[in-house]
Amino acid sequence: MTKVEAVIQTSKLDAVKTALQEIGVEGMTVIEVRGHGRQKGHTEFYRGREYTVDLLPKIKMEMVLPDDLVEKAVQAISSAARTGKIGDGKIFLSRIDDAVRIRNDERGETAL
Amino acid sequence: MKRVLANWLLVLPLLISLVPSMRAQENASAPGMGSQALAAVSSDERIAKLEQQAADAKSSADNAWMLVSSALVLMMTGPGLALFYGGLVRKKNVLATMMQSFAMMAIVTVLWALVEYSLAFGAGNSFIGGLQNLFMRGVGAQPDPDYAATIPLQTFMVYQLMFAVITPALITGAFAERMKFSAMALFMILWSLLVYAPMAHMVWGKGGLLNAALGGRFPTLDFAGGTVVHVTSGVSALVCAIYLGRRLGYPHEPMPPHSVVLSFIGACLLWVGWFGFNAGSALNAGSLATSAFVATHFAAAAAALGWAAAEWIRNGKPSVLGGISGAVAGLVAITPAAGFVGPMPALLIGAVAGIFCYTMVAKVKAKLGYDDSLDAFGVHGAGGTIGALLTGVFASSAINPIFKNSQGAALPSGVIEGNGHQIVNQLVGVIIAWLLAILGTLIILKVVDVVLGLRVSDDHEVQGLDLSQHGEEGYYWEASAS
Repeated sequence: MTKVEAVIQTSKLDAVKTALQEIGVEGMTVIEVRGHGRQKGHTEFYRGREYTVDLLPKIKMEMVLPDDLVEKAVQAISSAARTGKIGDGKIFLSRIDDAVRIRNDERGETAL
Repeated sequence: MKRVLANWLLVLPLLISLVPSMRAQENASAPGMGSQALAAVSSDERIAKLEQQAADAKSSADNAWMLVSSALVLMMTGPGLALFYGGLVRKKNVLATMMQSFAMMAIVTVLWALVEYSLAFGAGNSFIGGLQNLFMRGVGAQPDPDYAATIPLQTFMVYQLMFAVITPALITGAFAERMKFSAMALFMILWSLLVYAPMAHMVWGKGGLLNAALGGRFPTLDFAGGTVVHVTSGVSALVCAIYLGRRLGYPHEPMPPHSVVLSFIGACLLWVGWFGFNAGSALNAGSLATSAFVATHFAAAAAALGWAAAEWIRNGKPSVLGGISGAVAGLVAITPAAGFVGPMPALLIGAVAGIFCYTMVAKVKAKLGYDDSLDAFGVHGAGGTIGALLTGVFASSAINPIFKNSQGAALPSGVIEGNGHQIVNQLVGVIIAWLLAILGTLIILKVVDVVLGLRVSDDHEVQGLDLSQHGEEGYYWEASAS
């Protein structure tokens, strides 16, 4: 099992979600986050005071997938989320030891 | 056919009921002994009766408008100002900030009922009213012709109360996010009695030093409270901001408004409420109210454009907060002028105020380094002062013949009309308002500081006033809440 964490542009959530559903990803968790990589922030003015905002709103998607689905999922996310500009986001993969379905205590991949 | 019959059946009782009254009229006009004398008396009586009815109708119309205006002015404090200020603070202080405005609606109302009205509008000396109207004595349905001849004195009283409510609430913007609630409450009670009541009496009260309508020594034109409301509150705000010191972390930590959306709704409510504030200050529903209504609206629009344009040029973008702040600045500046100037001077006063207040807020404040958190001075103090002075320039006797000679003919009002001395009178009014605000506020701050302490502890300031002063949160969050 592999955990796929993708940080993407907020505007790309629907496209990525659809692409993942098309390849058979059945579950995901979506979180509104703030952060930055190489992308620069912007400035805001309130009554003449300048504020630099470098933590920008992003969407973080998390899903734990059976290994045979991982590469397809990475491809789906990356092609759906790409605009080619700085700030498109990142995908992180990590090994998962076990999973538990709370409803019936199923373990491992059957719990996904 | 059936329907025609039904209609006749409906009309028939009406016709029958009319017949006896027609007979009665015939009887009344029947010839008899001394009928001519009788007719003469009855026509006099009828004229008197008609005059009374006309006066009653005017009184009812005026009273309706003044009650609506009173409600509009209350709406300016809550929710108007509470939302405007509430949106400008950080999340952790939203409730405490709104509460400071709301508390004025309760505290000042009780104070007004007991003593403050009498100190402001009771007949007294040049500086303060007497004690004859304590506990609302003598404030009933009977109008007081010195103030407003066509509405019950009680309507006048409750209308003026709404001004006494919003004025201290305006000050709270200066010390937002750092003052104890208890200290704030005590400060506002003392401030209402020692600064607001005397200033209101001087400008609007019987025998007041600056009263233009009732023969004051220095007749200052202040239609709806440019000096009484905005200069006093704005200048007191500046004194508070300097005396209390900056918020922890200012100006290094960013403290952007947590919700310009709330501020937007608040500012728009202020704009609407201001029609009650300014047009209502005509104290009747006549054409002067219309003139003040138009001037108010025009100035707000021009000032919104002025502030937004200044920002657009300097920062490259016109901001929403800039637009609404400009509108409020224009409303402040037109307040003393509303019932004295025509539509074109109103546009001009608004545009000047929008640009001037933007400069005060965005440039001067940063240069001088004081932390007037929500710009109570930059908008109300600065806008009120410039508005009061421009009123002396643009006041027109065609709009409002406030000065009259012994024959009752209108004399020139403002500088442009040829009354150059009026600018001096305006300046006297402004200087007195500044001095009273500075001295009164300093003394009151010192007293409250000794008795209660003004600022919350550093820990409480970091935690936020919502939790530390009121034990609640504006935006409650708990996982199980759903």
